[in-house]
Amino acid sequence: MSTFYFIAFLSIFFSILVISAKNPVHSILYLILTFFTFTIHYILMNAQFLAIVNFIVYMGAILVLFLYTLMLINLNKESEPVKPFMVKLAAVFGAGILMVALVSSLKSLGASAPVVLTNPNLGLVKNLGKVLFNEFLLPFEVSSVLLLSAMVGAVLLATKDSKEPKATI
Amino acid sequence: MELAEIGIKFALVAIIFGISLVVAMYSTYAERKIAAFFQDRVGPNRAGPFGILQPLADGAKMFLKEEIIPTNATPFLFIVGPSLAILTACIASAVIPWGQNVVIAGRTIPLQVTDINVGILYIFGVVSLGVYGVMIGGWASNNKYSLLGAIRAASQNISYEISMGLSIIALLLVTGTLSLGEIAQQQHGWHWNVIYQPVGFLLFLICSFAETNRTPFDLPECETELVGGYHTEYSSMKLGFYLFAEYINMFISSAVMVTLYWGSYNYPGMDYMNELLGATWGPLFGFAVMFTKVLLFIFFFMWVRWTIPRFRYDQLMDLGWKVLIPLAIANIVVTGIWITFFS
Repeated sequence: MSTFYFIAFLSIFFSILVISAKNPVHSILYLILTFFTFTIHYILMNAQFLAIVNFIVYMGAILVLFLYTLMLINLNKESEPVKPFMVKLAAVFGAGILMVALVSSLKSLGASAPVVLTNPNLGLVKNLGKVLFNEFLLPFEVSSVLLLSAMVGAVLLATKDSKEPKATI
Repeated sequence: MELAEIGIKFALVAIIFGISLVVAMYSTYAERKIAAFFQDRVGPNRAGPFGILQPLADGAKMFLKEEIIPTNATPFLFIVGPSLAILTACIASAVIPWGQNVVIAGRTIPLQVTDINVGILYIFGVVSLGVYGVMIGGWASNNKYSLLGAIRAASQNISYEISMGLSIIALLLVTGTLSLGEIAQQQHGWHWNVIYQPVGFLLFLICSFAETNRTPFDLPECETELVGGYHTEYSSMKLGFYLFAEYINMFISSAVMVTLYWGSYNYPGMDYMNELLGATWGPLFGFAVMFTKVLLFIFFFMWVRWTIPRFRYDQLMDLGWKVLIPLAIANIVVTGIWITFFS
């Protein structure tokens, strides 16, 4: 249990650093660390497959692309838009109200009973595959259609200007 | 786990670590000798007989050189880059089965540090993490050439990881397990997976060339366009770590290829040899067989480097996305049909 608390502390610590870091590349690096602590959480919950997929897909692919994009964009102080004072004040006010709402809703919240897994080995590849391809086959396949539509949309956005001459590498 | 077992595991880890470092060290020597042979030269021959002490001399040189951190670099990340590169290179060997269980002094010792049941995916994870070393180092250098090298490395690794993963899926259809230990056991005798998955092996081979940044895919450090690529600004042992990580990666990917496709520690007539040599020397002979195969693959890596010129960047991307990925998907479909109807 103490391992869990330590890792949970690290997750929160790194995610705070993600939003407080001045340099966007640094905040991506903190995000990578945050995802790494998530992987450890999954391992602690005996969900090996999910842990390793989180590791490969999020840390190994998605965040590499994030980093890749950020490295190409020239982000520095000069090009950052300066917001007027009133906008800043409105932002602080809005966020303050949101916090009050969250705190009040948290106060009325009762602790829920922890979910006890009937099969502790559910997270292993074999069991997960059987569940996914039997009980949850339809949602699984539908979500793949969702991904496909996202992909088609991205391609469509990338090739919108057909009149302009094609860029050559 | 009792204390003796922990001690044995620790010794095994130390031995594997030592072996991979020594192999990487002498790969640099072998590379220069092989290059010399291919180009009709002599190669390094001053330090010791046949230049056999050259890697040690190089190591000493690397450690003793002045360490330079550029003024505009991000100092912490500049050091993290090469450290991460060497770290990810070293931890991949943990799941590779180096041989059958050895009996020494009445105790059975597995020659695999840990047989987690998602072994292949673990290797994938570590490989995909490896690109961060290059990216962070290239970005932290605050140099345009380094940055371009880092970005090339990232896009290249991501593109080739896809076809690598797809080539593995076809193999998994054949083996039915993700554990490297079980995959090695299934290839008993001459039943090597390369017989059932020749196309998959070819795809995996091409992708591992791209993942280890070896010629013909060494565009991240393409010196004709990018000075030194992502390690332009690096000097002394930090540069040494990048170069060393490349050779360790080469060793590990050779070992993975041998484990997945070329029968691991298995060889025809292994039962007979195991009976002849006993429970201690038989498995150790299997380890020697595996090691020979790995060294042959390392030689192949070098052979290709000094034979085939580098790709152009758009050719690299075309090959990855338009040739390898469709081929890998076709391979999966054919394998699936074969398994459904013929076995």
